[in-house]
Amino acid sequence: MRTFEWVDAKSVDEAAALLATTSASRPVIAKAGGMDLLDLMKEGIVQPARVVNLKSIRSLGDVRLDKSSMQLGALVTLAQIEKHAGIQSHYRALAEAAAHAATPQVRNAATIGGNLLQRPRCWYFRNEHFHSIAEADRSENQYHAIFDNQQTVMVHASTLATPLIAYDASVHLPHGKGSARAVALKDFLLPPSMQRDRDTAIEDGEILMHVSVPPIQPNTRCAYHKQTERDSYDWPICDVAVVLQMDGDIVASAKIVLGWVAPTPRRAVESENVLAGRRLDEHSAVEAATAAVRGATPLAKNAYKVPILETVIKRTILAAR
Amino acid sequence: MSGAEPFEQRTLSAGIVGDAFKQVTRKVPSGEPPPWPTNAELNVVGKDVPRMDALDKVTGRARYTFDVQLPGMLYARTLNSTVPHARIKSIDTSRAEQYPGVRAVHVLERLLMAAELRDPGDEAKEPYPVVRFTGQPIAAVAAISARAAEAALALIKVDYEVLPHVSELADAMQSDAPPVFPGPTEQRATAGGGGAAKGLPQKGNLRGPSTGGSRGEIARGFKEADVVVEGEYRTQVQTHTPLEPHGLVADWRDDELTLYASTQHVMSVRDEAAEIFKLPKEKIHAISDYTGGGFGAKYGVGNYGTLAIHLSRKAGAPVRLVLDRREEHVSVGNRPASLQRLKIGAKRDGSLTAIELHSFGTGGVAAGAGVGMCHHSMYPCPNVSIEHYDVFTNAGPCAAFRGPGQTQGIFAFEQAIDALADRLGIDPIDMRNKIDTRDADDVRARAAERRIGAEKMDWSRRRPPGSDAGPVKRGIGMAQSMWPYIVNSYTTCEIRVAGDGTVDAFCGTQDIGTGTRTVFAQVVAEELGLEAEDIRVHVGDSRFPPGPPSGGSRVTSSLTPAARNAAHAMARDIAERVAPLLNAKAEDLVFRNGHIQLRDDSKTSLGFFESLRRAGVERLTHRADRRDDYEGYARKAGELHISPHAIGGVQFAEVCVDTQTGAVKVERVVAVHDCGRPINPKLVESQILGGVVQGVSYALYEDRRLDAATGVQLNANIDQYKIVGSRETPRIDVHLIELLGGQSSTDARGVAEPANVATAAAIANAFFNATGKRIYTLPMTPANVLAALRSE
Ligand SMILES: Cc1cc2nc3c(=O)[nH]c(=O)nc-3n(C[C@H](O)[C@H](O)[C@H](O)COP(=O)(O)OP(=O)(O)OC[C@H]3O[C@@H](n4cnc5c(N)ncnc54)[C@H](O)[C@@H]3O)c2cc1C
Ligand code: SF4
Repeated sequence: MRTFEWVDAKSVDEAAALLATTSASRPVIAKAGGMDLLDLMKEGIVQPARVVNLKSIRSLGDVRLDKSSMQLGALVTLAQIEKHAGIQSHYRALAEAAAHAATPQVRNAATIGGNLLQRPRCWYFRNEHFHSIAEADRSENQYHAIFDNQQTVMVHASTLATPLIAYDASVHLPHGKGSARAVALKDFLLPPSMQRDRDTAIEDGEILMHVSVPPIQPNTRCAYHKQTERDSYDWPICDVAVVLQMDGDIVASAKIVLGWVAPTPRRAVESENVLAGRRLDEHSAVEAATAAVRGATPLAKNAYKVPILETVIKRTILAAR
Repeated sequence: MSGAEPFEQRTLSAGIVGDAFKQVTRKVPSGEPPPWPTNAELNVVGKDVPRMDALDKVTGRARYTFDVQLPGMLYARTLNSTVPHARIKSIDTSRAEQYPGVRAVHVLERLLMAAELRDPGDEAKEPYPVVRFTGQPIAAVAAISARAAEAALALIKVDYEVLPHVSELADAMQSDAPPVFPGPTEQRATAGGGGAAKGLPQKGNLRGPSTGGSRGEIARGFKEADVVVEGEYRTQVQTHTPLEPHGLVADWRDDELTLYASTQHVMSVRDEAAEIFKLPKEKIHAISDYTGGGFGAKYGVGNYGTLAIHLSRKAGAPVRLVLDRREEHVSVGNRPASLQRLKIGAKRDGSLTAIELHSFGTGGVAAGAGVGMCHHSMYPCPNVSIEHYDVFTNAGPCAAFRGPGQTQGIFAFEQAIDALADRLGIDPIDMRNKIDTRDADDVRARAAERRIGAEKMDWSRRRPPGSDAGPVKRGIGMAQSMWPYIVNSYTTCEIRVAGDGTVDAFCGTQDIGTGTRTVFAQVVAEELGLEAEDIRVHVGDSRFPPGPPSGGSRVTSSLTPAARNAAHAMARDIAERVAPLLNAKAEDLVFRNGHIQLRDDSKTSLGFFESLRRAGVERLTHRADRRDDYEGYARKAGELHISPHAIGGVQFAEVCVDTQTGAVKVERVVAVHDCGRPINPKLVESQILGGVVQGVSYALYEDRRLDAATGVQLNANIDQYKIVGSRETPRIDVHLIELLGGQSSTDARGVAEPANVATAAAIANAFFNATGKRIYTLPMTPANVLAALRSE
């Protein structure tokens, strides 16, 4: 790791101003929990000249939950989300995702902002070696994308993004003095790339201020499942978030999002269409799951992900309550 | 130590305590102490004495190599190859040498661990060692900070002439595969074992066959068989991943070279340094206070240590070189991958008629990738045919790893026996009762262990394979363990007692976390009638009397008899001096509860320390050796003396398989083991727990992955190199038997390796019982599991 400067930012404006001075020769990079940043620095993939610590900004660490919506400050930790009673009861899929991400130690430090902005866990991406050679052929693709994998086979790493997209979340970024822009999370996340220094639509000098999530309707049922090789902590083979609007035991409409199977979390529109207007039972769940994986285009070593995804979709639909 | 020693006939009790215990006669070297009774009748030995260094470890007081801090010490980092196979045309270190803070740069002249060309031919003219794997160490820099050293590395220019390479076993076996070596090779053994048979033929990357263990007529054996089972088993590369990586601090002075090493054998550190640097052994002082795990890979100074010593000499200052996690995974050892084609024939009653093994193993650039001795030595079978090939690949060298070869071998062999039992409709335990019949202690131990294990696992509830109707299936299985009972050819202990009552015990072995200090103290304390904490134990120093390497499960078996012999001599010496004070004959005095007393009259007694004072003792010193086993050895291989009796063990596993997601969960393991006399049951249990946990990890997760195009290890960390975690650790029930073999003055044997070798096979057999399908490929990841469930 290279030597770098450290600045504690006191306000969003100060942080934004500091970050705006970044250049290719003198990268200035924000740090929230540091959980991803430190890994990248140790691997030599990111080499900041200056690190701007956002943790010293007091205003971004709150969960605001009321009837009209939920706002998660960018510095809210995964541990806070996991333990928040309101999130547990209203946004269960999100609480579950937080509880199953990383390890208790990491969750205490990791923030929701940093989580959405983290870089992919692709073995090739995480190895400095492959940043210095032309596009690697990525033959060890067992954890890579099984959908939409023509441009890139990498998958976005955030598992919190999976339920957040199912809940239609957006991110809020201050844009110049006073103004701010809101971007739907599904558009904010970009297919990972080795050539860019980020996999989101954030711009230089922008701070992710908060994540907002629309209110939950009374007849909503949801569920989340992250399928891993290990239980203790592991990156997923796939994760699935299901949000259903119910009309009695009939599904009025469904949002199903699949993580770790495509470059960005993928809406399973095919499953959603199968479920709409159907009774929620084993039959419809199986049919919806099958529909979701029909278009899969697995690579040499990740065909096993397809039946697993199918099973997880089915089980998660049935678990929604 | 020599065979010419005088002997006497003695009658001893031997067998399994509480089971078959009988009188045997043995030729015992004269002067050996009288046999100990069973553990129940001893005071300190056989008791769960807490690990002596536990507090030092949990408080951080224990000094590991990484903690060694010497005045003026420099920090070194290594430059590793970025290509998998290449000639190095030139290396320019001039810019690195000028980097601020850099004190020395050294380029490696010779590569240790890798196989060496029998005839170096043209390679002898190469200016630098040929690069044969990505991550091969090339040079190192010592600087005033690790960061400066690392920055300077980037300034070293290496000019490669890249050669074609091959990373995977299956590819390297092809006749048109790029050769890793241009000609036949030899592999030297290290203190930890390893090495490979000399003079074997080599064609392309295939070195072999070695045919050791073959006998009889294989074709006839299969003709006589009523059933034949066949399978192709594959095991992956596992890296040792000790918590503390390899490292060395070298302090080169004009008169002496001091080496602080994370090692399994301080003597090997001294000896390898002496050989490389052409120094007399007395001029080298190797020290290892604590070692954070080794599992077979930490012997000698290695390439990193060689670099550290060169740098210290050049810089005129101490140098610390500790590998980072990537280097640890890549360049200092691993368990070879294997491909085993195994065919076994048996009669209807289960008796084996033929065992045929064609196996291949790859230890990267090192030979010695065998699959153990279980196939030909565990169960009697008249016809055995073994052909093993080492296959070279452009990957980091293998090293001994907890049950080297045997872990891979038993995964295949004990599954094949299970398959045979299934085909014959014989219960797997009955099958072993039928075939596990050699005349040896391990065989008798396993018979008892099967009974105990079956009871603990409630084996009678075992259902036919694939009984569960739903997608989640449960099953139980068992597999047997076997590992040679090894005694080191040399072990000497020294005991010193000072007039103030301090007792010091010395041996040039080391404690790598197994509890060697503690068992050493227990044995000495038992003889002197003291408590373990009264003994100050000194290990981990090459200046001490020669002690065994911490490998091959041989420390306790080698150390404790020498320790007891020395302590016994000390006790007799003290008894002679104290006898007049008690108006007694020395032979009537015993040491008990901190006192020296008459055997039959505990009131005639003096405190231990008091007697030393009254007898005017200033300092007494006694040294003794580990004598040969009373029944001798089956064979001797270098410093390994191998008993005709092995160490056994039987493990049972209960698994749950989600057949839709391929997730395998090991819910419970019952591990029943023997280790001769357990000197400290708690420490033995720790070893078994560790062996099982590492075995579960091997069975389910660990898998070194190389990128075929570049030879780069893609998961060289402990995030993506997956190791069992707390939630995957099953409930583990350990049961120990006390087996006295009548072989040495303590009758202790080892346990570290046998605790590891059977776990994967037991899990695989439970998998079969759960699903009705065999899993031939490790690790049992969802990808491999779903493939296995789809097969046939
Ligand atoms: C062992 C381990 C296991 C993990 N498992 C999971 C998992 O299962 N699921 C999962 O989703 N994640 C997982 N993670 C990732 C972890 O959740 C993220 O690394 C973490 O959430 C990042 O948050 P942070 O606050 O530490 O971000 P940092 O590392 O501080 O920052 C990450 C990036 O975001 C930028 N940044 C951070 N905050 C802001 C902001 N407010 N405005 C602008 N830029 C910002 C930084 O510049 C940096 O580029 C795991 C990580 C580890 C180490
Ligand atoms: S990463 Fe894990 S093993 Fe390494 S120091 Fe931290 S807690 Fe210990």
